[in-house]
Amino acid sequence: MTAQETRIVSKFLRERTEDSWTYEAARAYNGAYTRLEQAFAMTPDQIVEEVQKSGLRGRGGAGFGTGQKWSFLPKGVFPRYLCVNGDEGEPCTFKDHMLVERDPHQIVEGIIITAYAIQANHAFIYLRGEFALGAERLQQAIDDAYRNGFLGKNIGGSGFDLELVLHRGAGCYIAGDETGLLSSLEGERAMPRIKPPFPAAQGLYAAPTVVNNIETMSTIPHIIANGGEWYAGLGVGKSTGTRLFSVSGHVERPGNYEIELGMTFRELIEGLAGGVPGGKRMKFFIPGGASAPWLLPEHLDSPLDMDYAGAELRTMLGSGAITVFDEDTDPLLVSWRLAKFYAHESCGKCTPCREGSSWIEKVLHRMVKGQGRPEDLDLLLSFGSSIVPGLNAPFAQTTICALGPSTMSHVVSLDRWFRDEIVERLTRDADRRRSLQVTSA
Amino acid sequence: MAFSTTDRRRAEEIAARYPQARSATLPLLFLVQDRDGSVTSQGIEDVAEFLGLTPAVVLGTCSFYTMFKTTPVGRLVVSVCTNVACMVKGGMELHEDLRRHYAADDEVFVEEVECMAHCDRAPAVQVNYDFHGPLDAAAAVDVVEQYRSGALRARTISGTSQGAAE
Repeated sequence: MTAQETRIVSKFLRERTEDSWTYEAARAYNGAYTRLEQAFAMTPDQIVEEVQKSGLRGRGGAGFGTGQKWSFLPKGVFPRYLCVNGDEGEPCTFKDHMLVERDPHQIVEGIIITAYAIQANHAFIYLRGEFALGAERLQQAIDDAYRNGFLGKNIGGSGFDLELVLHRGAGCYIAGDETGLLSSLEGERAMPRIKPPFPAAQGLYAAPTVVNNIETMSTIPHIIANGGEWYAGLGVGKSTGTRLFSVSGHVERPGNYEIELGMTFRELIEGLAGGVPGGKRMKFFIPGGASAPWLLPEHLDSPLDMDYAGAELRTMLGSGAITVFDEDTDPLLVSWRLAKFYAHESCGKCTPCREGSSWIEKVLHRMVKGQGRPEDLDLLLSFGSSIVPGLNAPFAQTTICALGPSTMSHVVSLDRWFRDEIVERLTRDADRRRSLQVTSA
Repeated sequence: MAFSTTDRRRAEEIAARYPQARSATLPLLFLVQDRDGSVTSQGIEDVAEFLGLTPAVVLGTCSFYTMFKTTPVGRLVVSVCTNVACMVKGGMELHEDLRRHYAADDEVFVEEVECMAHCDRAPAVQVNYDFHGPLDAAAAVDVVEQYRSGALRARTISGTSQGAAE
């Protein structure tokens, strides 16, 4: 059987490409805001239960149970805030970008239901600053929702009030970390905060706060419409439902594919995305955004299952981004470019990451440029282990946030899969330099 | 300079969206950036004065974010992604070509950026935060020139729609 998508959150935007983002189309053809009535007929606790029953796990990267996260809010403490994370910056991830530009009403509806479930009267969407068209369409969607009584006071006669504010970021990866996002939303540098206290206890303005991803919000209306059990019936094990995967790099048809979890990497990469073009072979792929340890073609028949990826493959599905590299790709070059990214994006708060990220970049740079030493890979692992003690996924960390261990994820991958190839190359480079010195002397 | 009456009204509107006014720091920095063509020390002082913060605090926030330009960048900001998905599709060469092409052009500022979430259209380029891709150097220059001539309508250098504030 050929691999197929199972479209839930991406169904409407795929079917109605000409105007799916408009209020009129979303109302007429996608039942936008009709799930609110169902939601308001339930108590907030019933919605939390229903979402817990669905098994939905956060689609931002960490994969924490959404309903469970909501249930952590301390009882009776108000005000509470809902912050929606649309700061999509994990390299190679572009699913939220599509959802924001092409189905903003689905997001707004999910936010209204979620805010009601957690009893927050003020919600913020932190949208990546570079998404200019997305900001325009999302703001239009918010304005339309206000105009039609789905935001503001006493929504649909329910007695529930909600103010929704779109907040544009200004260019920085670490605002995508949930506490980095809160710092940024408060008008500061987007530096992550030490936990505990967790945002559920003390988040935005030190009030109880839930931070959820755009795709997570987009899923909520469907769970309300069809029930938690329906959603839990899709997927595999504790990876329930569908997920959007962004497939990029050396594939025939790069793009977003919404699939039922449990499908194999091969079905997604070769079946849906068309595999490596030009008759070339795959050298390796990154299975969950730049921060995820790499995998090889031999892993293609493994299932897209968040727990299997962690326990069996020692990587993660992370942000749902799969990047494929063909046989002509230099893994050292990819590693160096990722190192450069982390060095640029390290916020500078924790010493191991601030110092380590730029040293990793410097050493990888000389390795790529033919100036490496045979022991350089071990050198990287040696000082990298002060960021990631043990160097084994799932990564331990000496930093506040996960950016620290991410700086080493690709280095660990080089060591795991390409060690011999790299050491041989470094030795060859060193020999070549030595012979040059001798001849020129 | 301080805020004009219109800007002050706009700033008050923005600050009113937040339970605490300091949250308006980023949107207000976009506002002064669009007003002055970059975030100038006057812009920093205006935002600081409005929010009741010191200029150092506002600059401290400002300097953390890549979309705030503290030196003049002309009228068009061309962002070229060179992160891995674009790199394997020629993003680095594209950046280098565009950088050379516009090196002496005061109106066009070419910058290398991290992943912009447009990887299915690699190599990706943004012109004042509108997406284009996949492009080779000739096609990218053509797009930039269309913005310059007005054939394509450019956003502000903060990525806001022309005409609309913030």
